[in-house]
This record gives sequence, C-alpha cells and structure tokens, in this order.
Amino acid sequence: MLKLRTLAIAALMAMTLGPLAAPNAHAADKYITVASTTSTANSGLFDFLLPKFTEKTGIEVRVVAVGTGKAIKLAMNGDADVLFVHHKPSELKFVKEGFGVKRSDVMYNDFVMVGPKADPAGVKGAKMAGDGLKKIAVAKAPFASRGDNSGTNKKELELWKGAGIDPTGAENKWYSATGSGMGATLNVASGMNAYSLTDRATWLKFKNKGDLEIVLEGDPVLFNQYGIILVNPEKHKHVKKDLGQAFIDWTIGKEGQGLINEYKILGNQAFFANAQPGS
Amino acid sequence: MNDISAAFVTALHLLVTFDQNLVEIVGLSLRVSLSAVALAVVIGLPVGAALALFKFPGRNGLIVFLNALMGLPPVVVGLVVYLLLSRAGPLGVLGLLFTPTAMIIAQAILVTPIVAALTRQVVADLWVEYSEQMRSMGAGPLSAIPALLYDARFTLVTAVLAGFGRASAEVGAVMIVGGNIDHVTRTMTTAIALEVSKGDLALALGLGIVLIGISLAINAATYTVKQRAEAAWA
Repeated sequence: MLKLRTLAIAALMAMTLGPLAAPNAHAADKYITVASTTSTANSGLFDFLLPKFTEKTGIEVRVVAVGTGKAIKLAMNGDADVLFVHHKPSELKFVKEGFGVKRSDVMYNDFVMVGPKADPAGVKGAKMAGDGLKKIAVAKAPFASRGDNSGTNKKELELWKGAGIDPTGAENKWYSATGSGMGATLNVASGMNAYSLTDRATWLKFKNKGDLEIVLEGDPVLFNQYGIILVNPEKHKHVKKDLGQAFIDWTIGKEGQGLINEYKILGNQAFFANAQPGS
Repeated sequence: MNDISAAFVTALHLLVTFDQNLVEIVGLSLRVSLSAVALAVVIGLPVGAALALFKFPGRNGLIVFLNALMGLPPVVVGLVVYLLLSRAGPLGVLGLLFTPTAMIIAQAILVTPIVAALTRQVVADLWVEYSEQMRSMGAGPLSAIPALLYDARFTLVTAVLAGFGRASAEVGAVMIVGGNIDHVTRTMTTAIALEVSKGDLALALGLGIVLIGISLAINAATYTVKQRAEAAWA
C-alpha cells in the first residue's frame, strides 16, 4: 500500500504545486488589453476581426468586455491600453480630462426597441423613439433597462429625458433596471415579455428571443457610434503605446474598416465602418 | 423546456468531440482553483490549528470573525483584489490584473477562511480528547499541532474539498479580476455567465453539466483515495 500512498501524494502535489510554478503561457507574447463593450464582443465581431489583426502583426488582443461605463473606469485606472466603446460624450470627456490621447470614429450601427409581438403598448405605430417610449409609459407596459451606466443605458436614459419622462422612480413598477449586461437584460425582457432597448448587433446574435421582436427602428436618434482611444501613456507609463496605436491604426485603416463591413450576422451587416480617412 | 434537453446533448457533444476550447477552459479552471486551494491549505491548516490550541485575549472574537469570513461574498473579494491590483492601486506595478495569478489570489482569499475555520473545529475537538495525554507526554500546544493535524488528516480532506467546491463554483471574483478574456482568463464559470448573456442557454447549461461532472469526478477520486488510505492505516 505504500506505493499507492506515495503515488497519491505525488499526484496531489503535481496537481496543486505544478500550476503555481507554471508561468502564464501567454506571458511572453506581445499583447495589448482592450477595454470594450459587451456589444462588440457578444456580437462576434471581435472573434472575426482580432485573429486577422494578430495574424498580420503578431500582437495578441485581450478583450475585457464590460459596459461602456465600466470600460471607461478600467481605462482611467490604466488597466487597459485601448478603449473601444460607444458613448461619444463620455469618450470626449475621457480625452478632455487627459486620460486618452485622441478619439477616432470606428463604425456605427443602431439601437432598436424590442418588445412582445402582441405589442400591448402599441409601439409599432410610432416612428420616433420618444413617441414609442411615451406609449410604453402611458400603458405602463413592462420595460427592462440595463441600469448599469453602459453606453446603451446612457442612450436609453437620454431618450426618456427627451420624451419628458423619468421612469426611474420607485413608483414606476413597470420599469425594471436590471443592473446587468445587455444579454442578461434581454433574458429578463424575454422572461417577462417586456420592452427593451438594445444595439442591433447584440439583438441579431441573441438566441433567447422568446416572444420578442423589433417593434421600433430607424429613428435617426437611435444612431450608435463607436469610438476608439489610446489610453494616455503620460497618465499611465506602462501603457503599450506602440502596440495599442498599431491596433487603432489598423482598425480605422483600410483593412480593418473593410473587414468590419464584411462581418455579417445571419446575413445582416452588423456594423458600418465610418472612420475618417487620415484621422 | 427544449433548452434543458438541448443542454444534455450539448454537454455530451462537447465531451465526445473533446472540444479544444472546453479543454483549455477546464484546464485553466482546475489550475486556478487547485492552486488557490493549495495556498489555502498551506495557510489555513496551521492557522486553524493554532487558533484551536493557543489561548490568548480576543481569541473568541477572532474565531467568530474567521467563521464569518466563510461567507465572504466573492464579488466583494473580487472588487477588493481588483482595487489592489489595478494599475491605479497599491500593487498595480506588478501588472497582475487580468492574469490567472490574480484569479488565484482572489480565490485563495475566499477559500482560506473555510479551510482555517473547519480545521480549527476539527483540531479543537481532537484536543479535548487528547490534551491530557499529550500534556502528560510533555507536549505543549505548539508541538501538538503537527501531530493533531496528522491525526485529523482524513477529516481535513473534507475541509479541503469544501474549499475546492467554493473555489470552483464561484464566478463573481474571477470575473472581476480575470476579466473573462478569451484564451487567457476564461474559466468554466465565467464562460457559463458569458453564454447566458448571449442568450445561448443550452450551451450555458451544457457547460454547467460538464462543470458538475468534473466536480463529481474530483470528489469521487478523493473519496476513493481516502477510503483506501484509511483501510491501509487501519
């Protein structure tokens, strides 16, 4: 039995101590960290785009996909080299406060309002997003909000404000702020047959649609612009300035822009490249 | 209910095809959780035993505190470790954020109180039984620690397994300090959370089934080794 015992101890030690000693397999590679949004990651765009960039440059891109609010916070703390999000006012503020070097447009898509097929609030008749929201508020139809300070959440709150409604009060039982990501919020909306605002790419890719469908789209106010910013190396010395800039240049350059336009979800173009040449 | 049956099919498919992504994710999950448990054992066993045997002012308060720490919310631990390891934080220069090492640190903080608190209880109970005998042999608390830990080794396996269960099941801490980066810090639990957020509930549950299966296999293996070893020493 001694053999068994030795074997067991040796196996246990190898299992536990081995991993501690083994360095991170990726540690020596060239890589950058990009703080981005759930929409760019969950839509599958990064899975399509990033391998092509890595293949060409040898630079691995590590994406931390969180809401825009949190992504900006990560970048402010210097925990990312590049910020790739979708709320222009916040992005401009980020640069103005010295956290970012320069902001460039990358691409756009649009937000859509989704809701139950039966459309109890009658949103489908509305052309303008604000009118749609007013109908939801009047009907007190359930609405699921991100409530997480993300780009989509900020957009939604701007739309409510534009419609002259503040839905966030506790007395509005029909309005649920989930405080979570786009997918989790759509799961809630799907579960309670609620209306919600989502970016089109996440919606196209989302699999648990249940009884929901797009009830309002096409209002110019639903335009969703994505921007990319290098985190300021003067604020955070360790920022990988050259590698990060290489990624930005590629993304807003001919190759990246072409690939963004090529990416399709179920036959639909998900993002529309619109970087300014020479920016 | 289609999702549930689809999940079993998915789980089976992942296992049968030996899906490379799955292998990578499972490997990282085990590496992180086992390392965290190893750290917790190195710290928790002696601390727990010492707390059981030494008498000092404030000991009872410390025991209550340690027991309470067993219920540490993972998301709070994740947040604290994030703030420490962030480039803007005190340990930022180490550049450990979004690495498996950061995840090991966070899980070790979660697991150590569990191992220490359970060890303390086990050793305290043994000490009641053996203290007179040991004292008569001239053994004080300090020299009794290794002997009691050795004597309690089979019971302590359960404490270690409880710690491993905690580590392998949590998602809140590793999500924050690891960042759920594909091929770098994606574990079983963060992958499940990601698939849920994509609305792919069948794949998420399929991964969940695989995770439970792995946990079951580890517990079964430990139990078998323990049984054989107990028989060998009996």
